[in-house]
Amino acid sequence: MNEEALLYSASHEWTRVDGEVCVVGITRFAVEQLTDVTYVELPPVGRAVTKGKPFGVIESVKSANDLYAPVSGEVVEVNTRVADDPASIASDPYGEGWMIKIRTTAKPDLSGLMKKADYDAQTAASGH
Amino acid sequence: MGQKTPLYQWHANRKARIVDFAGWDMPVIYTSINDEHRATRTSVGLFDISHMGRIIVEGAGAQAWLDRVLTNRVDNLKPGQVRYSLVLNEAGGTLDDVLITRLPDRYLVVVNASNREKLLNWFGKSTPADVRITDRTRDWAMIACQGPGAVEAMQKFVDVSISGLKYYFSADATIDGIPGFVSRTGYTGEDGGELILPSKSAEAVWNKLIDAGATAVGLGARDTLRLEAGMPLYGHELTEEIDPVQAGLGWAVKSTEKDFIGRASLLTKDPGRTVRVGLRLNDKRIAREGFLIRRNGDECGRVTSGTFSPSLEASIAMAFVKPDAAKIGTALEVDVRGAAVAAEVVPLPFYSRKK
Repeated sequence: MNEEALLYSASHEWTRVDGEVCVVGITRFAVEQLTDVTYVELPPVGRAVTKGKPFGVIESVKSANDLYAPVSGEVVEVNTRVADDPASIASDPYGEGWMIKIRTTAKPDLSGLMKKADYDAQTAASGH
Repeated sequence: MGQKTPLYQWHANRKARIVDFAGWDMPVIYTSINDEHRATRTSVGLFDISHMGRIIVEGAGAQAWLDRVLTNRVDNLKPGQVRYSLVLNEAGGTLDDVLITRLPDRYLVVVNASNREKLLNWFGKSTPADVRITDRTRDWAMIACQGPGAVEAMQKFVDVSISGLKYYFSADATIDGIPGFVSRTGYTGEDGGELILPSKSAEAVWNKLIDAGATAVGLGARDTLRLEAGMPLYGHELTEEIDPVQAGLGWAVKSTEKDFIGRASLLTKDPGRTVRVGLRLNDKRIAREGFLIRRNGDECGRVTSGTFSPSLEASIAMAFVKPDAAKIGTALEVDVRGAAVAAEVVPLPFYSRKK
C-alpha cells in the first residue's frame, strides 16, 4: 500500500479514495499507540455513517477508542477478518487491516483530511 | 517530569513508553503487553519496582506498634518471614496494602508508591518514642524477577540458595558481589522473587539478568499478570472507602487474635455491602473500571479492574457486587458502553501456575 496516496484524519484514520468508494482503516501510529489490540467493533453493511462521527470502536488492553468516519456515506463492505483477528490491524494497518468501505453519495467531502507529510508532522509534534 | 528510578535510563534507552505512575516516570510497555505477559508466564520477566516505598521500622517498641497499625500478625513472624497486611484508618477503610518482613533486628515495610507519603504521615501520628521509622526508598532499587525460570536466573548472581527459601521468606544476600536482600515474593502469580539492592548497583544486576534471558516487563503487563492472579491493586480493589473483608482479604485481618486500628469499625460493617468477585465475560470487549453491573436488569455493582487475559484469551474483570450476586456461577450483565454483555461470576484467581 502506497501510504503517500492515502489521506489522513487528525483522529488517526486513513482513507483511500477509489471513485465513489472510500476505504478506511487506522494508521500505524494509532496502532502503535494502542498496542495489543483486543477487540474491534465495526458497523454492519448498509449502515449510514457521518463524517467526523464514530463508526466503530477499537479496544486495546489499555483503552477503548472510537473510530471516526473520515467521510459521510453508506457502509458497503466490512472487513470481518479484522474483527475476528484484531492482530491483523497491527501487522498490516494499511493493507489486510482495512476496516470498512464507505460509498459516498456524490463527490466525497475530503475537507480536513491531510496528506501524509502533514499527518506525520502532526504525530511528530504530539511528542511520540 | 516525575521521580526517576535508578533504572530509568535503561528504560529510556530501550524506547519503553514512559508514563507517570504515582509521581514516578515508569515504563508501561517495552514491546507489547501480550509478549511481556507471556514471557513472564513461560520464562522470566523482569520488573523495575524501585518506585515502591521501602520503609524501615526499628526500636524496642517496633513489633508492638506494628501490630497496632497492621491488620495481620507481626508478633509471630519468624526471622526472614514476609507477610501481607492491610493498613486501615479508624473507620476500617484501607489506607494501603503492604508486605512486612521481619529482618534480624528490625522490620521492612514495602508499600505502594501511590501511598508512601500518606502512610509516612499516618505512621508519624502514632509512632511512640521507642520506634524509629526511616524511608529508604531512594537509597535502594527493587527488581522483581518472576516466572518459571526466575529462581534459576537470579541464582546465578545471588549467594544464598533461593530455592531453599520458602514462599514468603527472605534473606540477606550478596547480589553480584554487593550486599542486598532477596525475598520469595511477587505480584504475578508465578514463582520467583524480589531483589533489593543499592541504587548504584541496580543497572549492572538488571543487565546481567537480561543477558541471562529475562524479558523486561512494564507496568502494563504487571497489571494483566496480577489481575489474572486475582490480586487486588490499590486504587481499584482497595481504597479508603473499601474495607479488606469485603475485598476478600479477611485472611489477612486478625480481628479475633489482636486489636488494631480500624478493628472496631470493621466489626460493625454492613453485612450487605458489596464484595469482590471475579467475572468472565462472554465477549472480547473489556469491562473497564466503573462499568455498571446488573443482575436481571437490576444494578448490583461496578467493575474495578478489567482486561483481556492473555493466558485465558478471555475478557476478565474484578468487580464489587452485592452479596446475593456474588455466588460462583451467577449470571450477570456488564454495561459496556450501553451494551449488556453477559458475564459469569468465576472463582479467583483466574490463573494458577502449575506446581
